[in-house]
Amino acid sequence: MKSFIEANELVHEYSRRDEDGNVIDIKRALDGVDIRVKKGDFVAVLGANGSGKSTFAKHINALLAPTEGTLYVDGMDTSDHDNDIKIRQTAGMVFQNPDNQIISNIVEEDVGFGPENMGVPTDEIWERVEKSLKSVGMYEYRKDSPNHLSGGQKQRIAIAGIMAMKPKCIVLDEPTAMLDPIGRKAVINTVMELNKKENITVILITHYMEEVIGADYVYVMSDGKVKMEGEPRQIFARSEELEECRLTIPEVTKIALKLNKLGVKIPKDVLSVEELTEAVVRLCKGKNIAGL
Amino acid sequence: MIRDITIGQYYATESAIHKLDPRVKVIATFAYIISLFCFSKFSGYIVAALFFGVMVILSKVPFKFIVRGLKPIIFMLVFTAALNLFWSQGETKLISIGIFTITLEGVKKAAYMAIRLILLIIGSSLMTLTTTPNQLTDAIEKILHPLNKIHVPVHEVAMMMSIALRFIPILIEETDKIMKAQMARGADFESGNIFHRIKNMLPIIIPLFISASRRANDLALAMDARCYHGGDGRTKMKPLKYKRVDFIAYVVVITYLVIQQVVVRILPF
Amino acid sequence: MSIELKNVNYIYGVGSGQEKQALKNINLKIGDGEFIGLVGHTGSGKSTLTQLLNGLERASSGEIYYNGQNIYEKNFNMRELRGKVGLVFQYPEHQLFETSVIADVQFGPKNLGLDNLEVELRSYEALKLVGIGEELIDTSPFALSGGQKRRVAIAGVLAMQPEVLVLDEPMAGLDPAGRDEILSLLKDLHQKKNITIILVSHSMDDIAEYADRVLVMNHGELVLDGKPRDIFQYQDELEKIGLGVPQASGVIHSLRKAGIHIDKECITAEEAAQAIASVLLEKM
Repeated sequence: MKSFIEANELVHEYSRRDEDGNVIDIKRALDGVDIRVKKGDFVAVLGANGSGKSTFAKHINALLAPTEGTLYVDGMDTSDHDNDIKIRQTAGMVFQNPDNQIISNIVEEDVGFGPENMGVPTDEIWERVEKSLKSVGMYEYRKDSPNHLSGGQKQRIAIAGIMAMKPKCIVLDEPTAMLDPIGRKAVINTVMELNKKENITVILITHYMEEVIGADYVYVMSDGKVKMEGEPRQIFARSEELEECRLTIPEVTKIALKLNKLGVKIPKDVLSVEELTEAVVRLCKGKNIAGL
Repeated sequence: MIRDITIGQYYATESAIHKLDPRVKVIATFAYIISLFCFSKFSGYIVAALFFGVMVILSKVPFKFIVRGLKPIIFMLVFTAALNLFWSQGETKLISIGIFTITLEGVKKAAYMAIRLILLIIGSSLMTLTTTPNQLTDAIEKILHPLNKIHVPVHEVAMMMSIALRFIPILIEETDKIMKAQMARGADFESGNIFHRIKNMLPIIIPLFISASRRANDLALAMDARCYHGGDGRTKMKPLKYKRVDFIAYVVVITYLVIQQVVVRILPF
Repeated sequence: MSIELKNVNYIYGVGSGQEKQALKNINLKIGDGEFIGLVGHTGSGKSTLTQLLNGLERASSGEIYYNGQNIYEKNFNMRELRGKVGLVFQYPEHQLFETSVIADVQFGPKNLGLDNLEVELRSYEALKLVGIGEELIDTSPFALSGGQKRRVAIAGVLAMQPEVLVLDEPMAGLDPAGRDEILSLLKDLHQKKNITIILVSHSMDDIAEYADRVLVMNHGELVLDGKPRDIFQYQDELEKIGLGVPQASGVIHSLRKAGIHIDKECITAEEAAQAIASVLLEKM
């Protein structure tokens, strides 16, 4: 079966030209990337700054076309510009800076911007706006100005703006990089809910390790290449390789690794405080420690 | 300081004025501004001010909010008033200081000019305060639509206006922040002569310019991602349709213009 | 060096009808050589507080003393204060403007009125401190990578040779390795140059690792002030005001709830691992 998103040997080169149009510098941002995403999955693409992960995100949205290799979104070839609009409706994109992607001064009008461009009839635009604002929990703010909202709220408006286009997939390019922890949590929870309840395929581009814990599958990029892939648990157990990619593991996983170094046999792939607590409690019970 | 600019800001509330078709508001504001320049008599301005007062009450926008829009133009106001005061020729001399002579005509002219400017600014502030930028651009797009036939890119211009309005407050805040950051590095924007001061602005202007172009780039991408491809084939979430109250509003505006003309002609001042 | 705030209040938008008290009765003393973590959710007043410290914003009431001198006194030299209390804003790379890295770094010390030689010396030293090599000093700051730009911007403040360095989320948006570079730079500045550091951060793990004092702000008030080890005991209270504790503290607290008693308050991964190991291994 074909995957929903399929990148084969995808290459992207940015070239700089001098005044005469001669190429003076070529930078390979993507260098033979193979990534497959199944429909309905929550896939995370991890990578440090400059790893090429944002370039990859732009390819899924047909904002960039492959220099070499191919990328198919729901069977559509992104190198064919006739597909651009359909691809963008299929895979919506949320960007890093919440301010720079909100077009209107009123929340509901901004959410309606995508459907307007698609030529959706007026009545249906209103239905879609209401539904998508409710799905991100921002319906009560529909008459507000985005300028009065927090970063996390603005980012949820941006997500609603994409949802109103009824995409099958949402690509989020570092959506939480400019947010505080509360906003970060709210955005990630919103995305996970859309993935579970509405069966939206999610591709989350990030370098915050905590955000990928709930993902079905993780790709790790570095220098334009996919360096690691697997389930979050498998990825986090490979801390040294992650560090080579300028990334790091969550603090709890660090504690588990340090415990192993101190001679405590505890799973190295714990991801949360709860899991670590459980693992320690289990060990204690096994050794009859202190009333347990 | 620069945060006080109210032009281009929207004051969200439910009022009769807010509910009017934006085309009514644009055309009415336009007519109102023209009316201010059609005569030079105090009685006319009293009618204009009264009309404006009623509109403010109807709009439910706090008066304080509207007046705040005047703050940034106080300098311009004083300047034009002074210019008129000192440079107008006239018969009735009031005071003479050196080469400057203040005449009664000059005082009148200065006062008229100041009143006109004030009413113009607060009048257009009221329009933007009660009309969302999107409505405003929709209205302008629709009013100017006939120009499409002579290849004026009406939709594009309207879209640019709407985006400019959205980013004004963001860039103002950013200017504030950059200014502070450079002041934290010991920059001084308040002393020195005019050339010095202009040169001192570079550490603000360059980062601001870079930031604005970065935002423009981001926004263009975001608009592409949301399938924006110009005005063709676009539908409207809030299409403009005249209702009964809009026609009533037009009648009110025309009545105002007529009353003003009558008053100006009848009253001696 | 010392900074003292006495009954400081700050009210926004006086006269606009939308007044908001951003700081309420802040009393605070910052001593020489401290490494302070300043935490609070967005809008808690922490940014305003940082801007009061170098005189960019003026308190609505109350006094601020720098080395015992009231900074609101008439003859106080504000510009000198801004050199002594260096403030690094969020995303400081957005304020770069010169044509070369070195010229940008020189902007601060030049404004202090230093002679050319001193300006040169300080700028080179600052760039060396942040790890920007000589090969980069003549390039345009805009050609650098994100992490490098940020370090150049920090160098621009360091070149004024401040006694106190206040940084508003200096790691925001950087990848983990970039974050570590900034944090180890701060540690070096604190230990080798004896600069007092005030670090605004949302990462409790980083604060636990580096700070020796934590200030917690909520709704314009300074609600907690103490050693990280003491502050992070109050997990419930911190969570109530939208903050958290380091994951290490979270693990220890959660183990306590599960009935495993660990007396020591652990705030870093290393400490937590040691403490858990000692419980488990002593019984083996």
